[in-house]
Order: sequence, then structure tokens, then C-alpha cells
Amino acid sequence: MKFLHQFLEKNIKPTFDKGGKLEKLYPAYDAIETFLFVPAHGTHNGVHVRDGIDLKRTMVTVIIALIPCLLFGMYNTGYQHFLAQGQAADFWEMFLFGAAKVLPIVVVSYAVGLGVEFLMAVIKGSQVEEGFLVSGMLIPLCLPADIPLWMVAIATIFGVVIGKEVFGGTGMNILNPALTVRAFLFFAYPTYMSGDQVWHADGAFSGTVDAVTGATALGDAASKVEISTIMDKYDMYASFIGTIPGSVGETSVVACLIGAFILLWTGIASWRVMLSMVVGGYTMGLIFNAFGVNTLMQISALHHLLIGGFAFGCVFMATDPVSAAQTSSGKYIYGFLCGFLGIMIRVFNPAYPEGIMLAILFMNVMAPLIDHYVVDANIKRRNKRLQLASK
Amino acid sequence: MSNRVIKLNKGADVRLKGEANKTIIAEIASTLYALKPTDFSGITPKLNVRVGDKVKRGTTVFFDKKRPEIKFASPTSGTIKDIVRGDKRKILEIIVQADQKNTSETFKKVDLLKADAAQIISTLTSAGLWPFIIQRPFDIIAQPTDKPKAIFISGFDSNPLAPDYALCFKDAHEDFQFAIDVLNKLSSGGVFLSLKDGGNSQLSSLKNAKINHFKGPHPAGNVGVQIHHLNPINKGDVVWTVSLQGLAAIGKFVRTGEYDVSKTIALTGSSCTETGYFKVNSGAAVESIIDQRTSTENTRFISGNPFTGKKITPQGYLGFYDMQITCLPEVIDPEFFGWIIPKLSKKSFSRAFFSWLMPNKTYDLNTSMNGEERAFVVSGQYERFLPMDILPVQLIKSILINDIELMENLGIYEVAPEDFALCEFACTSKQEVQSIIRMGLDNLQKEFA
Repeated sequence: MKFLHQFLEKNIKPTFDKGGKLEKLYPAYDAIETFLFVPAHGTHNGVHVRDGIDLKRTMVTVIIALIPCLLFGMYNTGYQHFLAQGQAADFWEMFLFGAAKVLPIVVVSYAVGLGVEFLMAVIKGSQVEEGFLVSGMLIPLCLPADIPLWMVAIATIFGVVIGKEVFGGTGMNILNPALTVRAFLFFAYPTYMSGDQVWHADGAFSGTVDAVTGATALGDAASKVEISTIMDKYDMYASFIGTIPGSVGETSVVACLIGAFILLWTGIASWRVMLSMVVGGYTMGLIFNAFGVNTLMQISALHHLLIGGFAFGCVFMATDPVSAAQTSSGKYIYGFLCGFLGIMIRVFNPAYPEGIMLAILFMNVMAPLIDHYVVDANIKRRNKRLQLASK
Repeated sequence: MSNRVIKLNKGADVRLKGEANKTIIAEIASTLYALKPTDFSGITPKLNVRVGDKVKRGTTVFFDKKRPEIKFASPTSGTIKDIVRGDKRKILEIIVQADQKNTSETFKKVDLLKADAAQIISTLTSAGLWPFIIQRPFDIIAQPTDKPKAIFISGFDSNPLAPDYALCFKDAHEDFQFAIDVLNKLSSGGVFLSLKDGGNSQLSSLKNAKINHFKGPHPAGNVGVQIHHLNPINKGDVVWTVSLQGLAAIGKFVRTGEYDVSKTIALTGSSCTETGYFKVNSGAAVESIIDQRTSTENTRFISGNPFTGKKITPQGYLGFYDMQITCLPEVIDPEFFGWIIPKLSKKSFSRAFFSWLMPNKTYDLNTSMNGEERAFVVSGQYERFLPMDILPVQLIKSILINDIELMENLGIYEVAPEDFALCEFACTSKQEVQSIIRMGLDNLQKEFA
């Protein structure tokens, strides 16, 4: 691959270097070159050898962890479609149908998002950062398959610019950019993001009438369908495997668990956040079960963890290291409240059947406050030591 | 307070190829020596000599402008050959051409074992031995007028490719004892000596020192980590630290009355064709040591270890505090899709690589950054590698925004750049953590100046 690098250095780079024709576009060139080749930058100050890990590899590992969700999402999109149509179809038909629906969203999300990132890098004259590599995959997975592509594009621009770039780029953002995208769509185009028409591809337009309604478990529960009907339609097994309606990547707990395994094994996501979020969600579920005055409260605590975006949010959204709490003990509090509030919003406010998104966004905002108190405790400990010493 | 075994769980060892063979290869009498003011933090050098001046071993070559009592002495006798300056005429190196007679300056005879603190301090400073005494906070040469809470010595080095102190200081036992007896008079809190648990060190037989043992991976050998667990530094406290090398030099001075900074150093690193130990004088030109023993092309020469050492040229000189020369392969080739290809040859604490499969493998690492500098993204990473009750990332951020009060509150008084070297090694965002800590310490010091 040496000749490719030499070719880049000799023939392409001068155009983008200082004094070259496309000098201003250097960040774009740099992004592509460093994508192809990890540069031979040597250490200069401080340590002379460095760990092999870098941000690109970290981000790519997260994308790998998302692949099971993506693949299952494609299959399930087809499955839900043919189920709604009342047609029989084999696995590949379903999968390919779903792929044809989902891949354009992925492409739009990446093209628009990376476009904005490149533009921002050129304006700022800085390097293109890797953060969007993950966001670009999270966005399609947390949207319904039937979402119009232009909405994906607008929302992605909003998410990248307002969610991230205005704060200074990757690492500086307060909110999770992918969730910002979802929240934007949720409030700007609610009819495309909830209800019982959007959850299977072409549902909104084909107008098919059949025995299967397309609502999600939470949608049904919110509209006061009897608990026995819910248990019938979205039993534990289906909720666990993921053959229920929902956003592209969120339905399958199995796929999320595979992702969770990869993220925890590689140590990239925080087990503290994941574990405490599950505990938080389960606790709130148990509290509601104790009252059990409506359908949502009657859904068992465990089942609550399997439906909706809980698993996906827990594994991929809440664990975003930038928007989560940064301190070790802060992560427990942050995760617990994400789960606790997520289930609470879900049950108390039927207008927002998907409470996880709002809970995580809310906790993103609260994370610095949590950290503040953890840091404060550390400072107090140190001051106490000083007082003991000066006695 | 003493004779405890302290177990540290945080931290990690980085095993590199090229540990020094445990033999003394040669005694090297270099013709050129240099004193590098850049080896010492927080001083402004003022020259005491001119080019052409004759100096003896122990003659003051320069002193600190702000604290003129702190003097820096020539390691050997000879002539001042050159004064190398950098930007803004900053003095980089004062080069001494040795006359090979190695005659010593004569100092006023004082029996330090019977002297009081003031006499000891004035004798050590005038003999050029004071730079061996480092203070915390700030990690700078100690202020002679301070009364330190205690004096700390680390008896082992846990850095990668660390030299074997048992070999380096084989004959220094008596000198160590002299130095400890003298240092004891400088602090009411006494002298703490920390040893490696399970290490069969002859240091454990030293008297008049509070001996504790540390168990655990790097940075267990860092004196800062040891202080944190033995007698932590609070705001307003001052402690002093001395390396074994300093202890040996002070002890020799007590015994002989001469300034003698000769030492046994290690030649290490995977670029060496032959590794081992050399008897040299401090500041010696490294050329005759590395000659024929390292590959000449694309090699990085480091005075010191791979974590805290300084880059030098093959014509460069051994640093004042350094106990080894490390030679590592320099990175030259960019790696095609290097961020996705699973490389077995790379050490990583992240399991996104495969080095966790072989925890005891020794690695042949080159000087590659393995990525580009980014903002902090990953959290919880530094915390694994700093065995102190300090929030590393929050401390670093407080330094970056230069919030003096927050730095103080987060414990900057306790740390030195070297304590963060492992965090810097592991950092996903390739931050220059040690430089940031140094900057924080410098800014804080200016605040009090």
C-alpha cells in the first residue's frame, strides 16, 4: 500500500496544502488520508510509546456492536411489512425488503451528517472528528423505517449543528447528538414518529386493512388496551427476540445484548451506566406493578425492560461517554436515573409513550450536576484530611 | 507509620522488549560532558563560567538566578568547550571537554554526620548536590529554607525497561546509610524509604529510615504515589524527595568530601543489538555507549525511560537524573487502515485490540502516536491508571482552564508529571497529559511567586 500513500502525497496532497488550489479544503483531504492511513506521527513530548487505541478504532468498535441491531432491524422491517400485508414471505424476501427500506436512511444519515462535519471542519480549519461515525449509525436505528428521507436529512443537520458543533464538536457536546435528532423529529413531525401507522414500512400509505394493527406495545398500552391483549400480542419471547413493531434497531433485545457484550468486553461502554440503568428501570417497574392501576402499570417490570427503546437506549445511547456522567460514582447515579425516569415518563405520560429518549436527554443535561457533586465530595475528603492533619 | 505492605490495585505494567542484560559491559570515560539546564524544572540558569574556563569536578558551572544558592556543578574536570543556546538565547547545554584527570574541587571540610541542619544545607548547596533534592508541591528543586514534613525515597523503579537498581547501586550501601543519617536531620518527619514488596532488596537493612513495602503494578514505584499512601501532601505542606542516585551522591560526599556523580546506567530498548550496564559519569556523551550497540537508522535515542525520558540525538548527553539510555524504533510508515486491522504487535489496555490475550507478552513498540490528538471523549480511562484518590480528568481540565482554586482543591500539590505517564500512554485521545500537569504546576507556582 506504499505506492498508494506515495501517490496521495505526491499527486493529490499539494493541491490541498498551503498555497495549493484547494487549500481551504485541506481538512477534507486530511480526513480521507487519515482514514486510509494512520499517519506516521511520532510522539514528541512526554511518553515515547503509545497505546494502540485511538478514537477511530473506538468508534468503529461501537459501529461493529451496532451491526446486529442493524441486521435484525432490516429483517424486522420486512417481517412487520409482510405481516401487515398478510402475505407470506421467506426470510430473504423480508430481509431484502427491509434492507431496501433501511439502507437509504443509513446512507442519508451518513451523507448529510458527514457533509456537515466536513463543512464545519473546513470552516473551523480543524480536523474532521470521528464522533459522527457512531451517531450516523445510531440515527437510522432509532427512527421508524417509514420516515421520509428528507426528514432524516433535516433532523441530522439539526442534530449535528445544534446537538454538537455549536458546543465545539466531538467531546464537547452536552446532549447525545443521535437522540437530539430523534427528539427533533419527535416534536417537529409527531405524526411520523408515533401512532400506529408508522411502524411498518409503507403502512402510512398503503392503507392496508387487516387484523394486525401496527402500533407498538407502548402505543397499545397507552391507549388502554387490556393487559391480557398486550401480553398476547407482545409476549416476552417476541419482545426479547424483537419481532414486534418499533424503531428500526430498537426492537430486538437479543441484538442489543450482543452489542452490549461487545461494548462491555472491549471496555468501551461503561458497565456502571448499563447496570445501574437496568436496576433503575426495573425498580421503577416494580413500584408501578405494586399499584397496577392501569395497563402500563400492569406490564411486568421485566417486560418493561424488553419493550420500547429501553434496551437500545441503555446499551447505545445512555453510555455515550461524552454526554453521560464522567465520574465513576456519578455513572451509577446517572444510569439509575436514566432507567428510573425512563419508565416513569413512559407510564405517566401516555402522550410520550417512548420515555427513554426523554429520560436520557434529561439526564444528559443533569450529568454535569451529578459530576459536580462527585467532584465536590472528593474535594471535601481532601479538605477533611487537611483539617485532621492540622489538628 | 512504618513497615506496612501497601497494595495498589490500579495501574499496569507495560512490558517492552529490550530490558538490559544484567552485566556491566564497560566503564566509559567520555571526552565530552554536558550539563543541561533543561533537566531541571523551575530554574533560570545563570552562568558562572565562560567558554575556555578551566573547571574541576564540583566547580559551579551555573546557578539559579532566582535562588543563587542552588548551584549546578561540573561532573568532571576539564575546559568549558561550548555553550549551546536555543531560541531567545535560552541555555540548552554547557559542554565540558574532559581532561581525563578528573580532579576534584576541594570543599570546606565539614563532618556532616555531626553538623546541624543549616550547616548541612549550606554544604550540600555549595557542593552542587542540592539539585538532587526535589520538593513537592511543584516537582522542582527544593527550597533550602523550607522545613519539609518528611523526606521520601523510592527504592525501586516500576517504569517500563527500568534498570535493575540492585546492580546499579551494588556498592552504594554504605553511602546510602550516610545520606539517610544526614537527611534525617533536615526533617522532623524523618526519612521514608519505600521498597518493592517481595523484592529481595539489600536496602531493607538500612537504618534510621521508615521502611514500607508497595505491592502492585506501575506506578507503584513512583515516589508521588508512595507519598499519597504514606503521608499525603495537604495544602501548605512541603515534602522532599530524593532518588537513590541522589542518595548515593550525597553519601559519597559525606564519606569522601568530593562531588562524585558517577553512576551505573543501563542501555535498554528494542533497537539495541546489545544491552547491559555501563559505568559512566553524569552528563556523559552517549555516543561511545550506543556506538555499535544500536541500529543506526530510524532509531529514537532517549535519555531516561520510555515514559518520562527526553529525546536526544546520538551525539547527545545523558541527563542529570537519568539512569538509562533507551533506544526505540522510530515510526516511519503510515499504516494502511491501521485503525481497523487487528494488530497483534501493538500493546493496548483496550480490548479493542488483542493484547489482552497475552498479558505477559513483551512488546516491541515504536514511537508512533497510533492516532491523532482529539478532545476527551472516553471517560473512566485515566482512573484505572492512577492509584491516588485524585480525579485525573477533572484535574487536567482545571489546569487547561487555569482555575487555580480548583487545581488546589483537586490535589495538584500531590502530583508530578511522571505520575500521569501511564494515563498518557493509555489515552485514547492522545492528550499530552504530562505536559499539561507540568503547565499546571508552573502556573500555580507563578501564582505564589
